[in-house]
Amino acid sequence: MSEVSSKVSRDQNCMPEKKPQVADSPISDVFEGRHPSAAEKEWAEKTLAPTLEKTPEKPIGAPSGGNLDEHGNARFTTISGVPIRRLYTEADLPEDWNYEQYLGYPGQPPFTRGIHATGYRGKLYTMRQFSGFASPEETNQRYKYLLEHGGSGLSVAFDLPTLMGYDSDHPASEGEVGKCGVAIDSLEDMEILFNGIDLEKTTVSMTINSPASVLWAMYLVVAEKQGADWKKISGTIQNDILKEYIAQKEYIYPPAPSMRLVVDTFEFGSKFTPRFNTISISGYHIREAGSTALQELAFTLYDGVEYVEWARRRGLDVDEFGPRLSFFFNAHNDFFEEIAKYRAARKIWYQVMKDRFGAKNPRTRIMRFHAQTAGVSLPAQQPMNNIARVAIQAMAAVLGGTQSLHTDAYDEALALPTEQAAGIALRTQQIIAYETGVTQTVDPLGGSYFLETLTLQMEQGALDYFKKLDAMGGMVKAIERGYPQKEIAESSYQYQRAVEAKEKIIVGVNEFVVEEQSPNTLYIDETVAQQQSAKLKTLRARRSNEEVQRRLEALKKAAAQQPQAGTNGNLSEANTMPYIIDAVRAYATVGEICEALRQVYGTYTEVSVT
Amino acid sequence: MKAMTEQKIRVLVAKPGLDGHDRGAKVIARALRDAGMEVIYTGLRQTPEMIVNAALQEDVNVIGLSILSGAHNAIIPRVMDLLKHNKMDDVLVVLGGIIPDQDLASMKNLGVAAIFQPGTAMDNIVQFIRTHVKPHGVPTAG
Repeated sequence: MSEVSSKVSRDQNCMPEKKPQVADSPISDVFEGRHPSAAEKEWAEKTLAPTLEKTPEKPIGAPSGGNLDEHGNARFTTISGVPIRRLYTEADLPEDWNYEQYLGYPGQPPFTRGIHATGYRGKLYTMRQFSGFASPEETNQRYKYLLEHGGSGLSVAFDLPTLMGYDSDHPASEGEVGKCGVAIDSLEDMEILFNGIDLEKTTVSMTINSPASVLWAMYLVVAEKQGADWKKISGTIQNDILKEYIAQKEYIYPPAPSMRLVVDTFEFGSKFTPRFNTISISGYHIREAGSTALQELAFTLYDGVEYVEWARRRGLDVDEFGPRLSFFFNAHNDFFEEIAKYRAARKIWYQVMKDRFGAKNPRTRIMRFHAQTAGVSLPAQQPMNNIARVAIQAMAAVLGGTQSLHTDAYDEALALPTEQAAGIALRTQQIIAYETGVTQTVDPLGGSYFLETLTLQMEQGALDYFKKLDAMGGMVKAIERGYPQKEIAESSYQYQRAVEAKEKIIVGVNEFVVEEQSPNTLYIDETVAQQQSAKLKTLRARRSNEEVQRRLEALKKAAAQQPQAGTNGNLSEANTMPYIIDAVRAYATVGEICEALRQVYGTYTEVSVT
Repeated sequence: MKAMTEQKIRVLVAKPGLDGHDRGAKVIARALRDAGMEVIYTGLRQTPEMIVNAALQEDVNVIGLSILSGAHNAIIPRVMDLLKHNKMDDVLVVLGGIIPDQDLASMKNLGVAAIFQPGTAMDNIVQFIRTHVKPHGVPTAG
């Protein structure tokens, strides 16, 4: 022990001619890259060093690879591989750290501590469960179940044909109809989906991207038919095409026309649906594709930058569309890393909107986000354990100040959730909100040395990625050269390798494994496909097909023109939204409208990165 | 079997259907490559015809299909039919992704050699392929 402490104290006294070998001292980490006080140094020598000598630290997981440093000492890292110290004190914060400048107050810049002065005391987060399966009729029943049991908003999951802009009777849809979400072909299906649900009172989020404007148009027409005022309805369309190219891969058209369609919705929304979020810029899928927490944060915020750049190039005012930009993050297992991610996100977005884009409207500068627990973290093995994982992940999102939350069902890895699994997921949110007490105080972990250090590291790391992406000429360019895709694929592989080497432990998967039976899951057969195809046949016989054709031709004409921002508060003449709404009113289908746009824009094939 | 140990095992990793969830397919592609196999990744949204055609062109010993969307009941029978039709019965077909338990038997009956459900270790997949891969009878054109 004295050996160790003398080495350390010599180092601190600076004896350059004989550089002491402190690196292999077990307490050298206390002195590297931080500025410990005299008291902390004394603690390290008198208390820590003997403890380490008596009981050396053991890594969590196998003592190999990333779990050991170059001297063979245990190394601790977040799930993203970021090294974590034993103890955080004031010595970890920047030397000029002070509360006012670095943190501020909730509801005030830079919003690290949250966007509301009262946190959740004035308004709880929205409990918004992502749901959709089989036919619109069956999904409508599940929505009513969720709302009756205290869900406070809806979130629509569409099936793959809908996400890819194909009708249920298209050959590419074979085997996919109603499997991963609800099948929607025409306005008729959308009317069934929201039958008996008051769209002026219920906020609805729709996970739809490449065909977002089509499904949104259907939603607006259903709302109108219900007598709802477009100025009052609120909800969100995901509409985030960039993360599709990066991670989720449900794109139809090439990037440039896709971005144009997104900007069309920004412009339309800012004029006609002031309470509707026209985009949910999503890190969720980037994380699910295997990124680190930092990559999720950086790529998502930079996607936000890219959308603003494109909208400004159209001539739109950032303070008109900016307030309706919303975000969507993952809530993964590493508790503090996740909370730091959300806090850093708000701070960075504030700075970007203020400094990079000169936003004046305070609402443009605040980041509102939805969070969903990490499906990728929920294994098929011992699936009931996922209830515990989801609770902890959801808690991180709440402590990070999320505006709305989806909790995954425990059978996530096996199928779409049964009603029982979906019920437990919703109850988990209610337990956090009503029983744990965490919603009673604003940003209760703020000021934790550990959390504040992680938050600053996240911010710095994200800004470093921003520099690289700026140098590449923006996100669309970066995507075309496969940069974010490669970064994510590398992280994904490294994590999988660590799991296989047991350097990272997943309970029930690579440790504490048992033989077991799979639970009952929801099984969707091909009858939905048959029903949807039959409905389409009847629809095409009933509607005026000439009228549909006329409106699709008008849409194609607008889509082929370059839109310029309208004058006197008018919409760009070539904005596609009014034409899509017209086509929807005539009961043109999702597949027909997307096909019309495919004829104008062509389709995109990615350069595969493995 | 001697030929197989001398020649690299050639694997086609394919993503059929509309699903874009390719994390698993990419991780597996890299793991098989790290294990010394020659891996060809098809990219997304391949039809059964495209997959079998690629398998034929690339003269692979193994096809690994990744399906998470529930479309396996529509896709696998067509892939297996096309393989038979092209006299490619010696190609080992393995399937990964989300395949419900009630469909496992029908997939095996169609000739799928193994189904790797979520959580399967990469090493198990490598070992399975090494143990079960069949040497090619007659080399294809070229």
